Amino acid sequence: MQASILDLDYVLGHYNYWMFVILMMTGLYITVSRGNLIKKIVGLNIFQTSVFMLYISMGKIIGGTAPILVDNPDAVYSNPLPHVLILTAIVVGIATTALALALVVRIRETYGTVEEDDILAMEHEMEFGSGLPQGGDRG
Amino acid sequence: MMALIETNLPALQVVLPLVAAPLCAMLGRGSRSWAFATIVSWLTFLIALSLFTKTFGGTIISYEMGGWAPPVGIEYRVDVLNAFVLMIVSGMAAIVLPYARRSVAAEIPAERQSFFYTAFLLCLTGLLGVTITGDAFNVFVFLEISSLSTYALVASGAWRNKRALTAAYNYLIMGTVGATFFVIGIGMLYMVTGTLNMADLAVRIAAHGDSSTVHMGFVFILIGIGLKLAMFPLHLWLPNAYSFAPSAVTAFLAATATKVAVYVMLRFMFTVFGFDYEFQAATLEMVVLPLAILAMFAASLVAIFQDDLKRMLAYSSVAQIGYILLGLTFLTDTGLTAAIIHLFNHAVTKGALFMVAGCYVLMAGTSSISSLRGVGRDMPWTTAAFVVAGFSLIGLPLTVGFVSKWYLVLAALELGWWPVALLIMASSLLAIIYVWRVVETAYLQSAPEGTVRKEAPLSMLIPTWVLVAMSIWFGINAMTTSAAASRAADMLIGSSQILWED
Amino acid sequence: MEHHSILRVISKLLIPPIILYALYVQWHGDYGPGGGFQAGVVFAVAFILYSLVYGVDALTKIVPPRLLHAFAGIGVLIYAGTGIVTMLLGDAFLGYNALAHDPVHAQEWGIIIVEFGVGVTVASVMMTIFIAFASHNPPLKDQDW
Repeated sequence: MQASILDLDYVLGHYNYWMFVILMMTGLYITVSRGNLIKKIVGLNIFQTSVFMLYISMGKIIGGTAPILVDNPDAVYSNPLPHVLILTAIVVGIATTALALALVVRIRETYGTVEEDDILAMEHEMEFGSGLPQGGDRG
Repeated sequence: MMALIETNLPALQVVLPLVAAPLCAMLGRGSRSWAFATIVSWLTFLIALSLFTKTFGGTIISYEMGGWAPPVGIEYRVDVLNAFVLMIVSGMAAIVLPYARRSVAAEIPAERQSFFYTAFLLCLTGLLGVTITGDAFNVFVFLEISSLSTYALVASGAWRNKRALTAAYNYLIMGTVGATFFVIGIGMLYMVTGTLNMADLAVRIAAHGDSSTVHMGFVFILIGIGLKLAMFPLHLWLPNAYSFAPSAVTAFLAATATKVAVYVMLRFMFTVFGFDYEFQAATLEMVVLPLAILAMFAASLVAIFQDDLKRMLAYSSVAQIGYILLGLTFLTDTGLTAAIIHLFNHAVTKGALFMVAGCYVLMAGTSSISSLRGVGRDMPWTTAAFVVAGFSLIGLPLTVGFVSKWYLVLAALELGWWPVALLIMASSLLAIIYVWRVVETAYLQSAPEGTVRKEAPLSMLIPTWVLVAMSIWFGINAMTTSAAASRAADMLIGSSQILWED
Repeated sequence: MEHHSILRVISKLLIPPIILYALYVQWHGDYGPGGGFQAGVVFAVAFILYSLVYGVDALTKIVPPRLLHAFAGIGVLIYAGTGIVTMLLGDAFLGYNALAHDPVHAQEWGIIIVEFGVGVTVASVMMTIFIAFASHNPPLKDQDW
């Protein structure tokens, strides 16, 4: 059952998972490391896309057709359930992206920038520059 | 007609606020949509109440969505645990909404208020949906419905303070990463079992036994939900989101959103993975337990040094979530009872405290502790509510906070973990410090000259005092809540032990 | 005023087939690939294309944002309303079987109605999102970026 990680067939045979891992790590890295709020959203989208790939590729059956009923009784269908789930997840993703972009537009209007460092500096100024005795918050 | 409503109660629980949300947006003017949302929240509370009375005896209500039988169709499954959580969520909405009218009127422009209440109802829909559903993917969908409306609600604090925008943005990024982790975890479990129904998942995972895919699924779900419920090192979104959201939103979120996430965690840990899943037990003891204790101390320490009342309470929430997680990691009946009862007790206490903070924001124009000097004389009822709810937060006897701590300490001593019991008591001392800071400023310092502060309006005081009264009532009369909590704990343990027997 | 005449002509040629295709995807969703989500997006794309060429103001003249907000709500109400009707008819929420005498027809009708609701909401939400972003006055001009 437990095949060796060094077995080439094993590694290549699971290429869809490698793609998933690469996309996921790319997306997560961009989300965490970029200071530009728009780029963070791009990273988040890549991250979510990796999940779509994970689901869709696991629903695929080798030799299976699209899950639409055909006359041939011996036809092999791919699993349609992951498709349905991912349709929902995509819609959720669109809603998230739209909301995030709307927030960025508002942030840009009120702060005049979409760079996280500048925003943090401004917020620090707002919090500590007013001369009020403040606690040890690091935001 | 009554019979028809009665058989469809689980669906109505979610459908009612869902249908009400677009209607609320169409109503236009603020006061009308407020009245509508309030009535809807009361009706949802009645539904939750009747579901709770039905399931209290141990019956499990299963409702087949669209008439498709589980595990193929989506199943709404109500047992005593989630009926209890449904009651907390809808009850808090029913109490917060009457309170919200004055507070929202001051913080949100009139033409936006109907959208505010729409988002509030959608958030309620999502939270109730997460709680009631028996389908793992459906949990994700409802979790995102509630989260997306929560981001919008947090951002609507921008009319008072522009930092609400960045708070909402950061919450959105972390919340979405959390939700995506969660859905990856569900994908892993689906790969192994081919099912999404939670009861079915439990049976099939137990039959399948352990494997690295199940491990990964568990870890992804743990981290994903950990982000949503602000488990200690993943709590960074919480303080800003709670400080800058409109007061009514903070009160509602603090009492419900993290609680529902904890419920999802309980459900996955103990119904899906099962009580006897060894990898889970090891993770809880080696990772979650130290983090929970760290949260109790680190977050409380940070709370002591906050100047903003709402931010202080937000850090205290992170610490309180530590208590809940601690109860969970004991993996005993008493520990789980403590965790479940603290869900309720913390919702009541923290809801009341954030409502008091909202009264200060409205009447004194600020929630900064240093500018609340002498407020105890100007706003006696509000400040008295803070004191009583603060006692409950510390865990003094005769309050609900004491009941939770009692069960927690009991659970720790049952296992012979007396250092943990000592730590629980020590961390309560930290709560005394930060609550005392506010009490001292409010009563013992004299008000700065020229401040005009009036008592909060009755429409805000009454809901606040209802929660304060509950925190006393259920502190003295702990039988009802602890009976519900211990039955829920028994149910969780009982259902999973059958599966992993062999 | 007569700039971009190629764009104008091509888009006028494209918009009717796009809408037609959206309707095809919508009404064939019950027994083929398709359905409300896809149809709604395709339908909205026709309008978005129109506004890209003729400007957002031209679009809001045809579909005012207030109307779109109302339609977004109405779509949800159609969906949930179907569920409530099936409940009143004695079946579960969205249990289509109660809608007609034999289950096959009932399922088909139920799916068509529900997908119509989905389509209405998705189309109006997509257009709302587009209008919200496109009609937003930038605080700075393009060259200041």
